[in-house]
This record gives sequence, C-alpha cells and structure tokens, in this order.
Amino acid sequence: MDFNDTPEEAAFRAEARAWLEANAELADPHETTRNLLSEREDPATIAEAQAWQKKKAAAGWTCITWPKQHGGRGGTPIQQVIWNQEEAKFKTPPNIFAIGLGMLGPTILTHGTEDQIARYIPKMVEGSEIWCQLFSEPGAGSDLAALRMSATRDGDDWSLNGQKIWTTGAQFSRWGMIVTRTDPNVSKHAGLTYFIVDMKSPGIEIRPIRQINGGSGFNEVFFNDVRVPDGNRVGAVGDGWKVAITTLMHERASIGSGSGRGTFKDLLRLARETQIGGRPALEDSTVRQKLADFYIAQRGLQYTSYRTLTALSRGQTPGPEASIGKLVGAPLNQQMASFACDLQGATGALSDPAAAPQEAAWQDQFVSAPGLRLAGGTDEILRNIIAERVLRLPPEPRLDKDVAFRDVPTGPANA
Amino acid sequence: MNFDFSEDQKLLQKTARDFLVEHCPLEAVRKVLESSSSYDPALWKGTAEMGWQGAAIPEAYGGAGFGYLELAVLAEEVGRALAPLPFASSVYLATEAILLAGSEEQKSALLPSLASGDRIGSFALFEKPGTPTPDAVETRFEDGTVSGTKIPVVDGDVADLVVVVARDGDGLSLVLVDLDAKGVERTRLESFDGSRSQARIRFDRAPATVLGKAGEGASLAQRVLDRAAILMAFEQLGGAQRSFDETKAFAMGRYAFGRPIASFQSLKHRMADLFCKVELARSNCYYGAWALSHDARELPLAACQARVAATEAFELAATENIQIHGGVGFTWEYDCHLFYRRSKHLALALGNANSWRERLIQELESGSAA
Repeated sequence: MDFNDTPEEAAFRAEARAWLEANAELADPHETTRNLLSEREDPATIAEAQAWQKKKAAAGWTCITWPKQHGGRGGTPIQQVIWNQEEAKFKTPPNIFAIGLGMLGPTILTHGTEDQIARYIPKMVEGSEIWCQLFSEPGAGSDLAALRMSATRDGDDWSLNGQKIWTTGAQFSRWGMIVTRTDPNVSKHAGLTYFIVDMKSPGIEIRPIRQINGGSGFNEVFFNDVRVPDGNRVGAVGDGWKVAITTLMHERASIGSGSGRGTFKDLLRLARETQIGGRPALEDSTVRQKLADFYIAQRGLQYTSYRTLTALSRGQTPGPEASIGKLVGAPLNQQMASFACDLQGATGALSDPAAAPQEAAWQDQFVSAPGLRLAGGTDEILRNIIAERVLRLPPEPRLDKDVAFRDVPTGPANA
Repeated sequence: MNFDFSEDQKLLQKTARDFLVEHCPLEAVRKVLESSSSYDPALWKGTAEMGWQGAAIPEAYGGAGFGYLELAVLAEEVGRALAPLPFASSVYLATEAILLAGSEEQKSALLPSLASGDRIGSFALFEKPGTPTPDAVETRFEDGTVSGTKIPVVDGDVADLVVVVARDGDGLSLVLVDLDAKGVERTRLESFDGSRSQARIRFDRAPATVLGKAGEGASLAQRVLDRAAILMAFEQLGGAQRSFDETKAFAMGRYAFGRPIASFQSLKHRMADLFCKVELARSNCYYGAWALSHDARELPLAACQARVAATEAFELAATENIQIHGGVGFTWEYDCHLFYRRSKHLALALGNANSWRERLIQELESGSAA
C-alpha cells in the first residue's frame, strides 16, 4: 500500500502540470470554490470559461477518456482524475461544460447518428456550444419516467409542449437534450423519445428558480409548440428511456461526493474560537465526541475515494464502494453546517459575513445543504440504487408497470 | 495510488477464509460458548501451524515475517469467523508490546514461543469500571515484584504470560509476569460473550521484569493499544461484513405479505445505510493498515479512526442482524446472538469508542498529524 503514482501516472501528472503552469496561474489553496447551487454565471464569466475550454481542447485536455477521433485524448479514467486534481490547483473559470462533456456527449457518442456526432461533438469539445439537460419535470423527479412533456409528430418535425425544471445553465446553453413522451397509450417507459433541442427555438421560455439559499443556479423551461426536426431525434421513437439511462449513468459517475465548502479544519477552528460556559467549545466533551465522528466520516469518504482510484489505477472497474460518496457526503455536509451554527449560539442565525464567524460560510452551507441531498438523485433514490443494483435486493412491487401511462395513478402534488 | 491489498495478500486472505470455513464453522464458536472451555485449542494449534500468530514477528525470532498488511487480512478473517481464540490478546497486544519495547534478550526468549502458539500472551490494563487514566493505575511494581488486581483481563485465565501496566515510582512501567509463577491468582469470570474468556488476576508480590524503559509505561501502553486497535478493527470489520452478509441472506429468503422482506424499502434503506457504514469502516481500516505497515507518524490518529469506525460498524451490523431476523433472531438456536455478543466484546476490549473519539481529538489538538 502506498499513495504514490505509478511511473506512468507520475509522467502523465508532470505533463499535465507543465501545460497548466504554462497556461494558467496557481490558485490560493485556502480560497474556497463556489458550489453548484450558488449564483448564475454572467456573460463575461461565460466568455472566459469558453476561452479556457478552447485552449484546453486545442491541447487535448478536455475529455481525456474519449477517443482521439472525437477530440479526446484516448486516455484512461485515472488520467482524467489526475488531470482534474492538477487543474483544481490552478485559477480557472467555472466549469460550465461538465453536463455536456460528462453526460450528454457520451450519450450522443453511444446512441447518436454519424451526422449528429459530426455536427455536435466537435463544438461541444471546444466549448463554443454549451449544453443543458432537460429531464426533470414538476411531476417527475425521482420517478423520471413519469414525465409528461409531449412530443407529437408533425411532418418532418416534432412539436413539443410542456415544462421542464432544474435545468442548469438553460439560459446560456445553445443546445439541450430532452426526454419527451411520444405515446401515452403504452406503458410509461415504452412511450418516451429523446431529442436534441435548439435552445434558441421560438416557443421556449426560460425562468430562473429562486432557491432557498437565495441562489438561482437552475431554471424552469417552458415549451410552447416548439419545433424539433426529426433529424434531432437520438435513438428510435419509443427508445427514449434507454437513451436517458445512458445519460444518467454518466451523471452518477460525474457527480462528486457532494462535499460542501466547510472543511473539518474550519470546524475545529470554530470550536476553538467559540465558547461554552466560559471555556472554548473544543473543551466540551459532547463537542469533542461529535467532532471526532465528523472527522472519521470525512476521512472514511476520502479513503473510500482512494480505493476507487486504486481500482482505476489498476485498470479495473471500481467496486461497490464507489457508490456511497454522495449518500454519505451530502447529509454529513448538512450536519456539519448545522453543528457549526449551533456552536455559534444565537449568532449562528446571522448570515451577515461581517457579523458571523468565518464570514458566515456555515450559514451559507446550512441553507445550501438540503439541495445537495436532492440533486442528481435524492438520498432515498441513492439508497434504492445501492439496495437494488449494488446489493441486488429485489425491487418493490409497482403500480405503474404493464399499464398505459395515461392510466397510471397520479395526485395533486404532481401537477 | 495503491490503496488496496496486493494479490498475494488477498490470496493469503482467501486461504485463511477457506481454512476457517472448514475448521471454525459457527458450531465451533457455539461449542466454546456453551462449554466451560475458554477457547478452541485445536484451532489455535492449526492457525499456529499456518504461521498466523507469528505473522508480524521477524523470522529471526521464530515468526513468519510476513508483515502487518498480512496480519491485518488474517485478523479480518479471524473476526469474520468469530474464531474462539486468544488471538487479539496474544498477537495484537502481548506480542506487539514485546516487539515494541522488549530487550534483545526478552525478544529472543519470548517471541519464538508466542509465534509457535506454544505460549499465549495477554495484556493487563483495567482495574475497575470506567475508562482508565494513567493516574488511576494502582497495581504496583516494586523490587522486582508486582502487586495488585487487574480486572478484566481478556484470556487471563489461559495465558502463560501477561504484560501488566503497573505503577513504578512516580510513573508507570510495563512489566512482564509469568503466570505460572507464585503470587499469581487467576479467576475466570462470566461474560456475555462466552466464546471469549475473561479473568481477574490478583498479583501478590509476583516476580516481574520491566519491559521497555522504566517509567515510560503510559506512553508505551498507549502505543501498544494503538497498534492493537488497528488490528482489532480488522477483526471487527470481518465481523461486521459477516453480520451484514447474514442479514442480507436472511432478508432475501424470508417472505412476508407475499414477498421477500428484502424488497421492502424500510429494510432496503437500512441495509443500504449499513452497507455505507461497513464500507467507510473498511476504508478507515485500510488507512490504519497503511499506517501500521509504514510505522507512520499518523499511526495514533489512524488507530482512533479505524477503531471507532469499525466498532460502530460491527455493533450496528450485529444489532440490525437480530432486528431484521425478527423473533428467530432472539432465539438461542439461531446464530445472530454470536455476532451480537462478539461485537460488544470487541467494542469494549480496548476501551470504549467514546474514549477513542476523545483520544482522536487530543491527537488533532496536539497537531501530530493531518
């Protein structure tokens, strides 16, 4: 056991590092990065991100595991991880291309036509066209296949009507990938079809969602008779679920451990600087017990990621341990934030950076944390996934199988 | 990044598992639990012949000279099988204390017989209920003899020698006592895990020799406990994984309301959470094994992490195993109670989880690592 790179990995890391040093500036390791549930990107930031992406693409650093003929590097998953580790040490613009390159690109490469690959992939790789994902609906979140966005055939086109929600970056995306219902008279998984949609099409209306943390990282997207040419269909009519599963598999692979901004070190410092009964909180035994549990859980997650990296480094598929990161990390992040606010006593309620310790970072994390437990699979869905796919426990009986979608029971909260 | 055991180590683990499946089925554990015997001597001999007791003892002292990563995978299997053996007392504690602090002469004299399993070692720290502090140790070393009472001493009734934490002048020392010597009175005590033995040992001017530097017993004892905690964490991990596997197998085969109970979300979600708990413990244990095998500066912290995570995982897994079995889980006939008993035995054997959490924070405060 050791934590070192293999000679090949070390060589790759050095190569990546050298390119980054020549093209970017080292970041301050103490500076925290923004989380995905915070503010919207302004046009200047987007332009900056696109310029950086273009530079990376020209040197072959954007999608390391993709085949060279599609703009990738033909590299290995561990090389992608090494690149990510190194890039994170430099000052770079926010990565607004992850949904495209991480999820939608692989879907097009798997299910798309040669024309679609030629038209869309190169611009996705170089970042000149940004992509968004249009899956969830107000009535279909965890139960995604219950979606109602309708697509009806009209000559060579399709006409889309309905509403999508939780779309990151819809406002600055050129293209979206959307799952629609093309046949409500067959069972729910059978009646879906997958399309690429031009986000500049007439009939699309994008409204930001105001989140409980005050941010607006997501949008609602309304479709009113939006025309989509049949040539933008990905996969066969009625095969939308199969195509969507490809996207979702890549989503799970690309969403991280759900760690928040607050580190254990910050929490330990807070426990030194706040008081209980006239003594530092860190001297209180209940505080110490709790801190130990947080530390052990965080370290456990870190070493679990090392196990995953080890499998990748050996060219193996990571074991089942790879699936626990977000399920453990997101609630942990919430518990730590809540505990940090508790340590501050009444001051813990203040979100004024000038009044609350550590520039009110914990208060920010407290109101952001619920989102991480919901995005990209709720805690409950992740437990189902672990139970059914990792542990192979039997599924629950369902009321929505072998029945036409229009006859599936629904309720007022699905509206 | 190479944060996993090697193919050779995994092969050793498989060999150990196969051996224990054959020679230590749960009936063998139950036999010790239900009888007056303190351990399974035939199994002890069998493991010794395979070199397990001396896995981390250098060949120069009669050991197999494998190393700590090898000992860790063996410990996991010992835990998985709930092996009724004085393995932890003799290997993780007594042997480690002698390796760590013994003089050349002591090592040459004692390690070969510990490695071969001919002699069993144990470690005597506790004296009264609660979590001990160095100040509270009353057993006294004076003029080459030790006097006082240690309770409980795991495997104290069957051990041949014991490492005793004793007051020595103003400080503490570790001292070695031959348990066949005069001035030693041993009483086996009932415990809720009868597949492991516990004893009270009264020393009345029993002959003793200092192990390591006189007066450094407190820090030496802590170092021994840290090393033992990592190895015992692997035992706990093995027990946790086995409890989990048994829970899952039962839930798949038990039907209620017309379907397997493993299909109910209320149980699936609990098993998913339990899976996470066991995997996190595994990761923390691996870190402990790394620290032990590299004698890393981070060893004390790694020990605390592994100890707490593995204790929690085994206790939860054993508790859930009974609960998910339902009524049969509470019967003597089913094996669930064997895991439940062992999980608490191991949770307490080196001091409870709270004391290790406290120690973890002390380590972070002193900034010795991370």
